[in-house]
Amino acid sequence: MNAISVRDVYKYFGTLCAVKGVTLDVVEGEFFGLLGPNGAGKTSLINMISGLSVVDSGSIEVNGSDVSKDYLRARRMLGVVPQELVFDPFLSVYQTLKFQSGYFGIKHNDSWIQEILGALGLDEKADSNMRSLSGGMKRRVLVAQALVHRPPVIILDEPTAGVDVDLRQGLWKFIRELNERGHTIILTTHYLEEAESLCGRIGMLKKGELVVVEKTEQLLQSSEGLTIRLLIASGDCHLPESLNSFQTKLIPGGAEIIVPNASNVEEVLAHLRVANIKYDSLQLDRRDLEDVFVSVMRSGKDG
Amino acid sequence: MVGFQTLFSKEITRFLKVGFQTIGAPVLTALLYLLIFSNALRGRIEVYPGSGIDYLQFLVPGLAVMSLLQNAFANTSSSIAQSKMMGNIVFVLLPPISHLEFFLAYVLAAVVRGLIVGFVVVFASLLFVALPIENLVTILTFGFLGATMLGSLGLIAGIWAEKFDQIAAFQNFVILPMTFLSGVFYSVHDLPNFWQLVSYLNPFFYLIDGFRAGFFGVSDVEVFHSLIIVSTVTFALSFGCFLLIRAGYKLRS
Repeated sequence: MNAISVRDVYKYFGTLCAVKGVTLDVVEGEFFGLLGPNGAGKTSLINMISGLSVVDSGSIEVNGSDVSKDYLRARRMLGVVPQELVFDPFLSVYQTLKFQSGYFGIKHNDSWIQEILGALGLDEKADSNMRSLSGGMKRRVLVAQALVHRPPVIILDEPTAGVDVDLRQGLWKFIRELNERGHTIILTTHYLEEAESLCGRIGMLKKGELVVVEKTEQLLQSSEGLTIRLLIASGDCHLPESLNSFQTKLIPGGAEIIVPNASNVEEVLAHLRVANIKYDSLQLDRRDLEDVFVSVMRSGKDG
Repeated sequence: MVGFQTLFSKEITRFLKVGFQTIGAPVLTALLYLLIFSNALRGRIEVYPGSGIDYLQFLVPGLAVMSLLQNAFANTSSSIAQSKMMGNIVFVLLPPISHLEFFLAYVLAAVVRGLIVGFVVVFASLLFVALPIENLVTILTFGFLGATMLGSLGLIAGIWAEKFDQIAAFQNFVILPMTFLSGVFYSVHDLPNFWQLVSYLNPFFYLIDGFRAGFFGVSDVEVFHSLIIVSTVTFALSFGCFLLIRAGYKLRS
């Protein structure tokens, strides 16, 4: 069964089309990453899934419930960690979680609230007013709020933006455990190494269009290869035409040559020797998700 | 139902946490009005000629309803506007709270605050003046309808407003003139014809007149007539507010 099912969804803000005909299925139990640059439509899509925005055209289902027609059931299935650091200044951490449980129809939730507080390192702050917490602590409370009703589907919209390393690692450990317990996780992030290590499948949005949906493994395979980075102190770099069969790029202070596999490295070096190209140093890097992301965003398909 | 109860109790908690501002201050303001107007105008204005009702007595129900209306409006408008501007409105938009539950929780919390302020004004006034109670049901009915009407209007204003300035404008240019021109401080029969006509077009006039009738058994307009008008306006505003919530107007982009 699909945890999230998005069918040909459009979203307009005035004349701007923020989401253009997106169709996407996220399977139950998946850890799905939604990537894209600022303004690509990630938050617009997430807001429509969570009911914070109205779907202009198309349909969205959460665990089989339509977010417009059967909104009560759909919302019960979802836990959303919003991107903005928002809080209620009148309440303490514990009151915040208690009220949030009530909004989701749960009267007695103390044991689960204590468990989340412990898991997120918030137990000592339970009675503190929200105003007195640091940014990182407020972010933890937002995560806790999204989890009070044990939602089968959890959406995290850039949850680690501006968060220190300790919290980031603790948060991912906890979220990974939730995923292992069967919760479906949908994550948007600008930290591509996070997406690469956590997400089983990745979707990339570009100017409102979903341009790539692949298993992370396959995405990385599709970009398999090495980047040979030549650094030339003089900055005078002219690559020989014999290297035109490879993807090449001039960078400040040198050049990059992308080769499909390690056996091509010797061939490139031979061409450089023949052309008498002198370089000061040479680096070899395995290509990662960031390279895939950059090449997708720069590719001809322009939304 | 638990969602409604929680949102309602959170709204009550919100205004009780700042009780000096939300209950104490308006009660004090009303008592100051009572003190100043009664000393300045007592003996100069005769209300309901032949009824034997003193001006100070006449003033109390008007001031109580005025405070009730203003505070019911302030409760919903400030709560929603503040949540929207701080962004924490998402906490009540994400959960499975139905449109009707959302409407009722906010408006009923405003009714509670309005009634508390209104009745504290009446009780505090008893220190200065004795008040008859002709019909408690009439008092409670008009008090409840008035608070519901202004709670709904406050919710509409809070949903519509994008900055606090707009809420203040609504309060100062709509609510305040309507309450001051509704017969809080005078009987409509003492007014020239034109202003009598203006008063008859103001729904707050019927609210205050009906509420006052509950104390004295005397009114400018037939109580049943006032009840019909007040109920109709309250229903129209409540229904309009519910439709805005259902459409997600300025709440869900």
